[in-house]
Amino acid sequence: MKSSLTAGLLGLLFGLGLLLAGMANPAKVSGFLDIAGLWDPSLALVMVGGICAATGLLAWAGHRQRSLLGLPMQLPKPGKPDSSLLLGAALFGLGWGLAGICPGPALLGLATGETAFVPFVLAMLAGMGLYTLLPTPRS
Amino acid sequence: MQLDTLHFTPLASLSGGALIGLAAGGFALLLGRIMGVSGIVGGLLSRGGQGDRAWRLSFIVGLLAAPLVWQLGWRLPDIQVAAGPVTLVVAGLLVGFGTRLGSGCTSGHGVCGLARGTLRSLIATMTFMLVAVVTVYIMRHVLGA
Repeated sequence: MKSSLTAGLLGLLFGLGLLLAGMANPAKVSGFLDIAGLWDPSLALVMVGGICAATGLLAWAGHRQRSLLGLPMQLPKPGKPDSSLLLGAALFGLGWGLAGICPGPALLGLATGETAFVPFVLAMLAGMGLYTLLPTPRS
Repeated sequence: MQLDTLHFTPLASLSGGALIGLAAGGFALLLGRIMGVSGIVGGLLSRGGQGDRAWRLSFIVGLLAAPLVWQLGWRLPDIQVAAGPVTLVVAGLLVGFGTRLGSGCTSGHGVCGLARGTLRSLIATMTFMLVAVVTVYIMRHVLGA
């Protein structure tokens, strides 16, 4: 219960951050990705702000055996890049470039009532479902 | 390259990013997990993990509530989707499948992973950024869409 409430509040904070940052607008995202055109560097600052705010907290979390709520720490151990990582990131990049939408802003956009997000989110969920049908789960 | 000074929002983007980072850091510290949207949503679609459903759903509900809460104080920002329905479906499939295969998206790899300094996330972020930039370049400046 406590973990669900916490997750809900953090989801809300994340969503408000996306809205303030300008990430909810696919046109702005595409304006950042279009470095050869009229370039809007805003999203680089979203990453800078995000990484700066997260670094200390994540380092603190990394040193703990259990979370502050007493849950087991499940942060992934450092590993080597593999072909799934590269292929997956490339496919994601292609989709992100085509529409200017990544998973967080997709859900957020849906909640604004903008209907253009409906086909994207349905297809995204289908793509995620397709992954679970893969015969060899990633190691 | 020409700067789009009209749409550049340095302060809002930096502070919005800080809120995102705060949520990501708080997520790890309080829940012991990486705040990655593709992983949180994808986990609901994979078999098993019944005990995980509640916090995953709750995170998504919180995210979906953000535009409502935002509108208590401010007007929603402009939202323009240039892509047509077919492109949106193709892009959605690629984003859904790709983020699961690659173990993360912009939040999990781009913010959490880079903040932790992991090599996998650095490689993943550079890959999806590069492919996205090349995709937009081809669409806008080669095909002229």
